[in-house]
Amino acid sequence: MTDRASSPSRSLVVVTAGLGVPSSTRLLADRLAAATERHLADAGIDARVEVVELRDHAQDLTNHLLTGFPSPKLQAVIDAVLAADGLIAVSPIFSASYSGLFKLFFDVVERDGLAGKPTLIAATGGTPRHSLAIEHAIRPLFAYLNAAVVATGVYAAAEDWGTGGVAADGGLVERIDRAADELAAAIAAREHQPVADPFADPVPFEGAALPARTRTEAGPRTRPDLAPPGSGAA
Amino acid sequence: MQFGVFSVGDVTPDPTTGRAPTEAERIQAMVTIALKVEEVGLDVFASGEHHNPPFVPSSPTTMLGYIAARTERLILSTATTLITTNDPVKIAEDYAMLQHLAGGRVDLMLGRGNTGPVYPWFGQDIRNGIALAYEHYGLLHRLWREDVVDWEGKLRTPLTAFTAVPRPLDGVPPFVWHGSIRSPEIAEQAAYYGDGFFHNNIFWPADHVRRMVDLYRRRFEHYGHGPASHAIVGLGGQVFMRDNSQEAIREFRPYFDHAPVYGGGPSLEDYMEQTPLTVGSPQQVIDRTLGFRDVVGNYQRQLFLLDHAGLPLPIVLEQIDMLGELVVPVLRREFANGRPTDVPDAPLHPRVAASRELEASPA
Repeated sequence: MTDRASSPSRSLVVVTAGLGVPSSTRLLADRLAAATERHLADAGIDARVEVVELRDHAQDLTNHLLTGFPSPKLQAVIDAVLAADGLIAVSPIFSASYSGLFKLFFDVVERDGLAGKPTLIAATGGTPRHSLAIEHAIRPLFAYLNAAVVATGVYAAAEDWGTGGVAADGGLVERIDRAADELAAAIAAREHQPVADPFADPVPFEGAALPARTRTEAGPRTRPDLAPPGSGAA
Repeated sequence: MQFGVFSVGDVTPDPTTGRAPTEAERIQAMVTIALKVEEVGLDVFASGEHHNPPFVPSSPTTMLGYIAARTERLILSTATTLITTNDPVKIAEDYAMLQHLAGGRVDLMLGRGNTGPVYPWFGQDIRNGIALAYEHYGLLHRLWREDVVDWEGKLRTPLTAFTAVPRPLDGVPPFVWHGSIRSPEIAEQAAYYGDGFFHNNIFWPADHVRRMVDLYRRRFEHYGHGPASHAIVGLGGQVFMRDNSQEAIREFRPYFDHAPVYGGGPSLEDYMEQTPLTVGSPQQVIDRTLGFRDVVGNYQRQLFLLDHAGLPLPIVLEQIDMLGELVVPVLRREFANGRPTDVPDAPLHPRVAASRELEASPA
């Protein structure tokens, strides 16, 4: 794959954990994606958008947890998220937090896979009383994953699809636009990051075996007596 | 090419009867399995090592020493020996001793172990897993090759003027395989030393196995041990056979559905599609196993996992009979077919190699 650093094209992956068909979570996800696409276009960037409905992968996610490896279909989704230039993650709020399905997915994406990735977080709920779940549940999750989460998180309650959508004090339409603007700016400001392949570029054993504190110089080869970098043993 | 059986040594209830073997029964079953492996003409028996229930083999060299005394040709190995939580000094001593008692019929496979609490139980930290594998093996490698060792590392107490006894039989250390499912660092380590690399090939789709083995082969060549095609590769595999595939699937399904490692997860059919597990006729097992060569190239050792998930001993012994009668003879012939003559076999201790040559030469 070529480095797209200089290309005016960026990939945007939208992960939505809505369960209903149609779901308001998907509806919000689509609005956020469209708005981000628009802002990227304004900046002269062509966005390639891929939407992932976690419901389609619910069984595979459970199997991944149980067996330790993803099905080929789920692997393709994980790869798309890892390679994405920007991420929109949308969950319904269940029991005061993100849904189990939403968490299941981010549990199986490798720990450093989202580091530095421009990310927009959003949620839906039946009542506006749960809007801070974005701040106390979803944002800490992505902080742990070292994602670069934009300042505005978008929460849509049932009423936001009606009168709340255009409320004078910051309706849903305006919040979507602000968050999308922030995400597009973050994506535009960051070069495409190729995903590292540990199989193509292993940490050389010689590099890992830096000058040994071993006192004997005998032996057929240099001694790999020391810990590799990043082992936490230093 | 070598063929054999590896056992995890789990005590799992038979899901069709609810009955679990006692520890005593399971330990004797492992011994019986090893003897059967030799009886049907296979080459290797490898024991797991575990330090928590529901597993029995905490002390592999004790078991392998006993099996050594009751066998003539069988190569005794491990799958795996915990290089992280065992003291490398004790590994050096135990396996050198076993080598003497078994007349050289010994090699071993090193692994890290993925059971979190085992590390603190042995005074270690799982976050140092790779560092332990690197440092401990660095020491083990020297203890078998240098008579007197001065050593200082970070994760074990230093040694001054230490000699591991007994010295390896005839001064030749046991051959070492490094086993890892997903850590490129371990493939790199195996390549650095020119040791063998083993992929258990059970829990993981073929593409990952290919990537790990490719890395190992490429780096083996990089470190000057010979061309990539000469690297020493072993694979695991998991099979259950009956005369026809429907019968095999019907009989194995309850064991699959309740197995500790994948029960409650994917269907048997999906799992067979996504991993090398083969439940079917002997011919299907032959075809699938021959296909492994397309994934990793010509390789040196194929081990089968048969005695897990609560399968009762008589069925396991039947499976080994089928391997010996119907499967392995065909695999030996077919794998030899088209195998370049310069591809080496897995190294044997010179004494074992000499006795094999003697057997092969016309009387």
